[in-house]
Amino acid sequence: MGRYVLRRLLQLIPVFFGTTLLIYALVWAVPGDPFAGKCGERACPPDYIQFMTEKYHLDDPWPLQYLYYMGHLLTGDFGQTFGGRDIGEIIAQAYPNTLKLALVGLAIEAVIGLTAGILTGLRRNGFLDNLVLVSTLFLLAIPTFVSGFLLQFILGTQFKIINPTVSSEVPFHELIVPGFVLASISMAYVARLTRTSIAENSRSDYVRTAVAKGLPQRRVVGVHLFRNSLIPVLTFLGTDLGSLMGGAIITEGIFNINGIGREAYRAITTKESATVVGIVVVLVLVYLLMNLLVDLLYAALDPRIRYE
Amino acid sequence: MRVSKRASAVAAIAAVALVAAGCGGGDDSEENSGNADKTANGAITIDGTQPANPLLPSNTSETGGGDVLDWLWTGLINYPPGGGDPVNAVAESIDSTDAQTYTIKIKKGIKFHDGTEVQAKNFVDAWNFTANSANGQQQASFFSDIEGYADVHAEDPDGEEGPQKAPAPKAQTMSGLAVVDPYTFTVKLAAANSIFPVKLGYSAYYPMPDSFFAASNKDEWGKKPIGNGAVKFVSWTDNVEIKLTRFDDYTLDDKVKIKDVTVKLYQEDTAAYADLLANNLDFQQQVPSSSLAGEKWKADLGNRAMTVDIPVQQLIAFPIYDKRYQNKDLRRAVSLAINREEIASKIFFNTRKPSTSWAAPGTPGATGFDCTTCKYDPEGAKAALQAAGGFQGEMVLYYNADASHKDWMEAAAASIASTLGIQVRAEGMPTFAVFRQNIDGQKMTGPYRAGWQADYPNGENWLGPLYVTGGGSNDGKYSNPQVDALYQEGSRLADEKAAEAKFAEAIKIVDAEVPSIPVVSVTQQSGVSNRVTGVKTNWVGSIDLSTVELV
Repeated sequence: MGRYVLRRLLQLIPVFFGTTLLIYALVWAVPGDPFAGKCGERACPPDYIQFMTEKYHLDDPWPLQYLYYMGHLLTGDFGQTFGGRDIGEIIAQAYPNTLKLALVGLAIEAVIGLTAGILTGLRRNGFLDNLVLVSTLFLLAIPTFVSGFLLQFILGTQFKIINPTVSSEVPFHELIVPGFVLASISMAYVARLTRTSIAENSRSDYVRTAVAKGLPQRRVVGVHLFRNSLIPVLTFLGTDLGSLMGGAIITEGIFNINGIGREAYRAITTKESATVVGIVVVLVLVYLLMNLLVDLLYAALDPRIRYE
Repeated sequence: MRVSKRASAVAAIAAVALVAAGCGGGDDSEENSGNADKTANGAITIDGTQPANPLLPSNTSETGGGDVLDWLWTGLINYPPGGGDPVNAVAESIDSTDAQTYTIKIKKGIKFHDGTEVQAKNFVDAWNFTANSANGQQQASFFSDIEGYADVHAEDPDGEEGPQKAPAPKAQTMSGLAVVDPYTFTVKLAAANSIFPVKLGYSAYYPMPDSFFAASNKDEWGKKPIGNGAVKFVSWTDNVEIKLTRFDDYTLDDKVKIKDVTVKLYQEDTAAYADLLANNLDFQQQVPSSSLAGEKWKADLGNRAMTVDIPVQQLIAFPIYDKRYQNKDLRRAVSLAINREEIASKIFFNTRKPSTSWAAPGTPGATGFDCTTCKYDPEGAKAALQAAGGFQGEMVLYYNADASHKDWMEAAAASIASTLGIQVRAEGMPTFAVFRQNIDGQKMTGPYRAGWQADYPNGENWLGPLYVTGGGSNDGKYSNPQVDALYQEGSRLADEKAAEAKFAEAIKIVDAEVPSIPVVSVTQQSGVSNRVTGVKTNWVGSIDLSTVELV
């Protein structure tokens, strides 16, 4: 187990360098000059461009720029934006907010999705099953920006139950509605995935055995059926945390949450490779670590899975 | 000149130059019925966008940072809202006999927020800092009129693309600037220019306190700026908010009555609008374009809605460097073929007015700036096209697709196509940056969208930068020696009226040659909360904090 974790952690290193290199190259390849459009309806003064070009090594070929960047990054220095702000600081400010939002979303999708999935999986083709089927289809069909604006308008502007935007301290209770919006599509996936998994496993041998042993229904479902059916759902939930964080830009915009989406968008349009890479690196790490966590949880859920 | 970072409507106006006049005058009339006690200790929240750079007047060319600078600083002069001639603010007097050497006296006892007094040297040192090319500041060119600018501002000998780099500047200070006594300094221009004093309200000309020059890292200083305006800086949380508070030692007339101001930095104007509707936001400068359709914003806001005139025009500019657009009759034909009335009413729901002048309505000194081709005249357009010998191939109108320009550019294209019977379509370029890169590199192959917001309220600002050879925003490279000569003559005249007449003469030539097409002039749609009263805007449309009272 320990060796397995160590091996997985070591694998992070090449993945880390590979992704940062790719992203750096991609941002570099984005068309547009970082100083075009920076000074309004006129070209930037040449000496300003020269000053900035020297300061940020923009004259060097990109692999060299990448090496500069990595050199600084390995000493913990994320570099600076063209506006002279520390990227490390931006990340430290924005990431917790995005992470909070994604965690609230994940919790909502897990609780509602799993409950709906279990109930419908156990009582297939009943009224509830059809209701969940229809409502999940409905959720899947609504894009985030529609549900976001709709809930903001109805709950925030019309009925004044919530603040239309999230306040600057980003408290958890204000993230419930944005979290719901963010997770609504994944929630539908979780419900349907759980339902199928439960339905399939309820016909399996170990469930029949458990029932034959005379175990109470609650124990059959709660321990045997549910635990085993969780594996595909958990895989989805684990990787979804990363997707929620990366996909939060629209929700963050609607509810004015100071997250990573805005900075990433701004940095891409202004060709600030250092900022984009800085933000994405952390996101990549979240993906990798969540994957590892999910893999380790498999072993806890299913005794047949062992890591050597 | 400032580019707007606001998401849609103002960015639609786009990228424009913006000079705001600090907390411009705006006389307080009796109609304000605010609660004085509540106001004196009150706080308001207004909308803003994250400044692109540290808050330095020398390096800010976008409205997100520029608006905050204008609240934190007061310049030599202020521009009254709604146009009109500038009034002295920090300046006691600005005098000149020959329009070349100006003697500027400043009022005594005006303090920076750190308690030091604003003196002549604070202006002179700040201007020398900004102009010095070794400092690489964006606003350096605002000092190019001053004698000795060439010595502090070294040009790259072989252009931007060449291998050589610009040498270090020959001097550290401009010879045209001299401190006479602590409250007087003189400015000698390289050539006479009667417009120079009108520019002095712009943020590039703000004074800087001694602590700025002592700071080793100017960017760090700009994160906690010290100005001389009616409010002082408290804190700035990136992407979240900038907090300001009343500066109680402020001695000029435009004092603010409220205590605290929070500038909430929104990424989407729709989010700010939702807060405005819920009365969580006290002022939104421009409501989102989605709320303009069918005048929804008026229904939403009722008597909290405000319509404000701002000195902005939207134009379609020709790339004169492209052979196909060098015929003035063709350009005339295109201008006459655009149905401005219909664009203003159907696309902009009357939030824009059809252009009738080369300057924004109400611009001082622009009475003779009439645009005779700014009318829809299908017959005249066809005749002009015939005189031009027709147009070969397809005419493509370009715009940047990251702001809401698609609709009106397509309407203009359709109007030209149906009137002239030629192939016209509108094509979006993905971002403003790509769009500007093509313009700066002179790679445009068709007429393109442009927006111009006045830097200072004077007709000259609608001529010099746009249509004079080498003008800072003459992107189409229009050049006419007669226009240049008239402009030079005009700007050298000490008498303002005589100068105006020369500029009007130059505009007559521009009007005959149509280097660009004024399409619509812009109004701003703002909203206030039910907590405030008496709110007015300054001449470029941002909130005049001195007028705000709580009810």
